[in-house]
Amino acid sequence: MSALDIQIRAKRFGAAVVLRDLNLQVADGEVVAITGRSGVGKTTLLNIIAGLDFAFEGKVSPAPADSRVGYVFQEPRLLPWRTVSENLCLACGITPAAAAQWLADVGLAGEGEKVPGQLSLGMQRRVAVARALAIRPDVLLLDEPFASLDVETAKEMRALLQRLLAAHPTTTLLVTHDAAEAAELAHKGFSL
Amino acid sequence: MPRPPSKGRLVWILSLGSLLALWVVAAALTDPLTLPGPLQVLAVMVREAANGELFRHLGVTLYRVLLSFVLAMSLGIMIGLWMGLNRSADRFLDLWLVFFLNLPALVVMILAYVWLGLTEVAAILAVTVNKVPNVVVTVREGARALDPKLAEMARVFRFTRGQTLRHVVLPQMAPFLAAAARSGIALIWKIVLVVELLGRGSGVGFKLHLHFQLFEIDAILAYALAFIAVMQIVEWGILRPLERRANRWRHA
Repeated sequence: MSALDIQIRAKRFGAAVVLRDLNLQVADGEVVAITGRSGVGKTTLLNIIAGLDFAFEGKVSPAPADSRVGYVFQEPRLLPWRTVSENLCLACGITPAAAAQWLADVGLAGEGEKVPGQLSLGMQRRVAVARALAIRPDVLLLDEPFASLDVETAKEMRALLQRLLAAHPTTTLLVTHDAAEAAELAHKGFSL
Repeated sequence: MPRPPSKGRLVWILSLGSLLALWVVAAALTDPLTLPGPLQVLAVMVREAANGELFRHLGVTLYRVLLSFVLAMSLGIMIGLWMGLNRSADRFLDLWLVFFLNLPALVVMILAYVWLGLTEVAAILAVTVNKVPNVVVTVREGARALDPKLAEMARVFRFTRGQTLRHVVLPQMAPFLAAAARSGIALIWKIVLVVELLGRGSGVGFKLHLHFQLFEIDAILAYALAFIAVMQIVEWGILRPLERRANRWRHA
């Protein structure tokens, strides 16, 4: 049985059909790269799986309400008025000690008491990855997590993600524009 | 060694000194009954403080200001959030908002006194009804400016309603709530004085009316200045520190 079974007959925005007759099964612990040109509906697909968009024809199983979803959005989406540690504790229901351990795992040991505005974009993205994994998700969604990072930082982040997924095998959908990134991180690809 | 005063403080002292000097000069050129000088006003203030009248009436007015403020802010925040987050509510209530925004404060006061009598309830209600629409407008703008991306994050990570309100909504609303509170307290205390002048037997507004009838300008100025001082203490002692605390993360 698939860990994630997505069957979308149609997803419309007004008169425009963005997704049509989409069938995707993801095995437990499998990493699938979703590729496709801009505007083809990659983020919309992730939003449907995350339960942020219900207005579509079809079904996703397990239903978003029945599974824990870790989502790394295109932007880090951290609460700028809470410390990095509080961001993790609030979103994941973990203790400050566990948050400190997760921060160490993503290479941000000792940064927990800073607010997100004091971190670089690359560091904020690391926090977002830690947050998505710290809830122990059934499904991990990554929406272009390395976009707008310099080449070196993006390379470090890919290595970090590979290490984390090896340590915490999770059913994962990775949206990317980069074919090399897809080949490096995913077990299989799916083109929209 | 004492620290030299900062440039900002020097300007502030100079500004206050100029105002006082202007008052002294104007008083010297005028009949003391029409415009008494600062010392004469200070003497009345000390006399009224010594016989307890000043604090009694300041206390009553402050109580009315704070009660009306809490009521107006609570109602205004609820309605403002509702209108800002719910398009149907916004469409339905927008006309009401325009009506109450344009309803003269004096009309509300007169109607409240006519319908409910010259009572404390009528006075507080009149002030509250006058202020609620202004709070609604500011809070509605704040609710419209809420970041939907953070709301999505809260949904995905299953924040409870309480967590979403406390950690996602209120911090974004803080500047709008501070603006509503700041303009609210300034407007409310002015309206409270009129309400007291029209229909209450206590408070600074009542005293202003009494001394107006007796043409005692020094007492009018003494009560007005004493109440301005109280409101400045509220502003600097409560509102500004709260605002600073809410905005601390911006300066980290």
